[in-house]
Amino acid sequence: MDNPYVIPAILLVTLVTVAIGFYGLKLARTTSDFFVASRSVSPTWNAAAIGGEYLSAASFLGVAGLVLKYGVDVLWYPVGFAAGYLALLLFVAAPLRRSGAFTLPDFCQLRLGSRRLRKLATAFVIFIGWLYLVPQLQGAGLTLTTVTGQPYALGALLVGAVVTCNVALGGMRAITFVQAFQYWLKLTALLVPAVFLMLQWQADGRPAVAAPDGPVFHTATTVVIEDHATLTMADGSTIVVRAGQRLDFVAGEPVPQVSTVDDTRGPDWLLPGDSDQGLFATYSLILATFLGTMGLPHVLVRFYTNPDGNAARRTTLVVLGLVGLFYLLPTLYGVLGRVYTPQLLMTGRTDAVVVLLPGAALGGGLTGQLLAALVAAGAFAAFLSSSSGLLTSVAGVISTDVTGRGSVRDFRLATVIAGVVPIVLSLSIATLDVSQVVGLAFAVAASSFCPLLVLGIWWRGLTARGAAAGVLAGGGAAGAAVLLTVLGPPLSGWAAALVSQPAAWTVPLAFVVMVLVSLATRSRVPADVSDVMLRLHAPESVLAGSPRR
Amino acid sequence: MTEGRRTRVVLAEVHPRAHDHDRTRTELAEQTQVGEALVRGLVRAQLALALRLALVVAIGLGGLPLLFAVAPEVSSAHLVGVDVPWLLLGVAAFPFLFVVGWAYVRLAERNEQDFVAVVRRPER
Repeated sequence: MDNPYVIPAILLVTLVTVAIGFYGLKLARTTSDFFVASRSVSPTWNAAAIGGEYLSAASFLGVAGLVLKYGVDVLWYPVGFAAGYLALLLFVAAPLRRSGAFTLPDFCQLRLGSRRLRKLATAFVIFIGWLYLVPQLQGAGLTLTTVTGQPYALGALLVGAVVTCNVALGGMRAITFVQAFQYWLKLTALLVPAVFLMLQWQADGRPAVAAPDGPVFHTATTVVIEDHATLTMADGSTIVVRAGQRLDFVAGEPVPQVSTVDDTRGPDWLLPGDSDQGLFATYSLILATFLGTMGLPHVLVRFYTNPDGNAARRTTLVVLGLVGLFYLLPTLYGVLGRVYTPQLLMTGRTDAVVVLLPGAALGGGLTGQLLAALVAAGAFAAFLSSSSGLLTSVAGVISTDVTGRGSVRDFRLATVIAGVVPIVLSLSIATLDVSQVVGLAFAVAASSFCPLLVLGIWWRGLTARGAAAGVLAGGGAAGAAVLLTVLGPPLSGWAAALVSQPAAWTVPLAFVVMVLVSLATRSRVPADVSDVMLRLHAPESVLAGSPRR
Repeated sequence: MTEGRRTRVVLAEVHPRAHDHDRTRTELAEQTQVGEALVRGLVRAQLALALRLALVVAIGLGGLPLLFAVAPEVSSAHLVGVDVPWLLLGVAAFPFLFVVGWAYVRLAERNEQDFVAVVRRPER
């Protein structure tokens, strides 16, 4: 694509992010400032920051790409991504803030007093963090390839390096400002082009988004085939194509089905699926996203910046509103992508729909170019902010639990370690699907930290052994399913459903094991459990002035 | 002073409210039976509230895939020109979640105010 504004827009976002990082660095004077912004962040800033951190490549690019490919069934992704904050609000927000825990391992030690459980939690934080970081960097590489033609590795390296430096130098306070800025940038970057896209769609005479005979090319299009494949034409005939072959289509011609691309056609795209496996996968996805959010390391770390439990609740509610507002938009891009960029169904690169749509629908004029640049900038904001948050939390646990004792110097060293691993991984594995990997990270979080937090906060009977057994069983099973999905052979039928969407069986497994083993080791319930319960649930005003432990 | 003998110290001026408050707080922190029962009651009330609202979402949103599967006529219905499933999942779900969250914040804060009122009630 030939757009002179895209690279300046991406550079501008990157520079502003770094600049705000350094501005924050000047303000950060003490270690306490550096880590938790001295808890002086107001709920509105904090909520925007949480939203900015949360809306990742999966939300900004992935959701629209999935909608383009699969239709109504994947709308559960955005609904679940938002509903996760409701589960967090109902079961975790205020007590977690009152616990004073900064990270999940902190919470384990505080509630159950076990160093071994703390180590186990640390391992899972790092695993989930890296699992979530890799697709962010891949999204960056894909976006840069799509909009500028630069090599894939450059985008992944650029985002990886900027984020690592920024987190290492600026710490949390800087990140709070950066993240809040990123939320509004991301919202604007989807909202403004969406208005123009809707107007254009009206002006084009509202072309059908789900034509009965499948998607058709809106304009004359040339598609370059990436892999050796078989095309099924609209009349049922098939042709075999080679990688690199160019195919020309005229306006109004139906889009052939490509054997290497799995997508949904006809009424199945428009209507919810009703197969047993589809239903299982849907419920599994709902469980993973609804319950996974509370277990994501970069989400929890933010709660410490609220002054008290009530502020934590209100912040979470604002986040729920901000995130819900954002998720109205990607669906629109996926639907309009069906009209204006159906060639992505042939290349399989549906994750690119958000960045390609403005140019494709509005043409190569100034408006189209500027809006395309805005969307590309928003996409970069998504990679930068999510990866910053993830890196901060992964580096946080590495610096306190693995390499050192949590000094600022340790934190910087840990940031570099935490950043290099996913950068290397993202360079070597370029074929993973952005949203699918993020969904798997949610499944692992829902099967490990969700039961730990919910039972830890609400049930006195939880023991360290029960917690460890549950995390190992549920999180271990989900983690194994992830590795099998990513590295293993392709599966089909029920095996594929159980492995690619594991949450429906791994989450109950984790809960059951945690409860049963805790009951079996009842004598090991921590002696201070009543004390901790008081601290988790009583409003701060009641405890004001009590001796600090 | 000999070991083991208790000395009673009385301050000249004690703020009555602060005194009461202090005593109840100590009661809570030291887990006397009264304090323990108060905290258990609060935890139970908050958990019941959270579970009730979670059930609202489980039925309101979690019931949708099942509804679409058993009643295909709902999935193919239209409202203002848009298919009902798209409208429910693409738009309506988000305000619904926000309203449930808003209700929770209000009710949870009320539970806490009740708790604080009991703890702070001066005993006569």
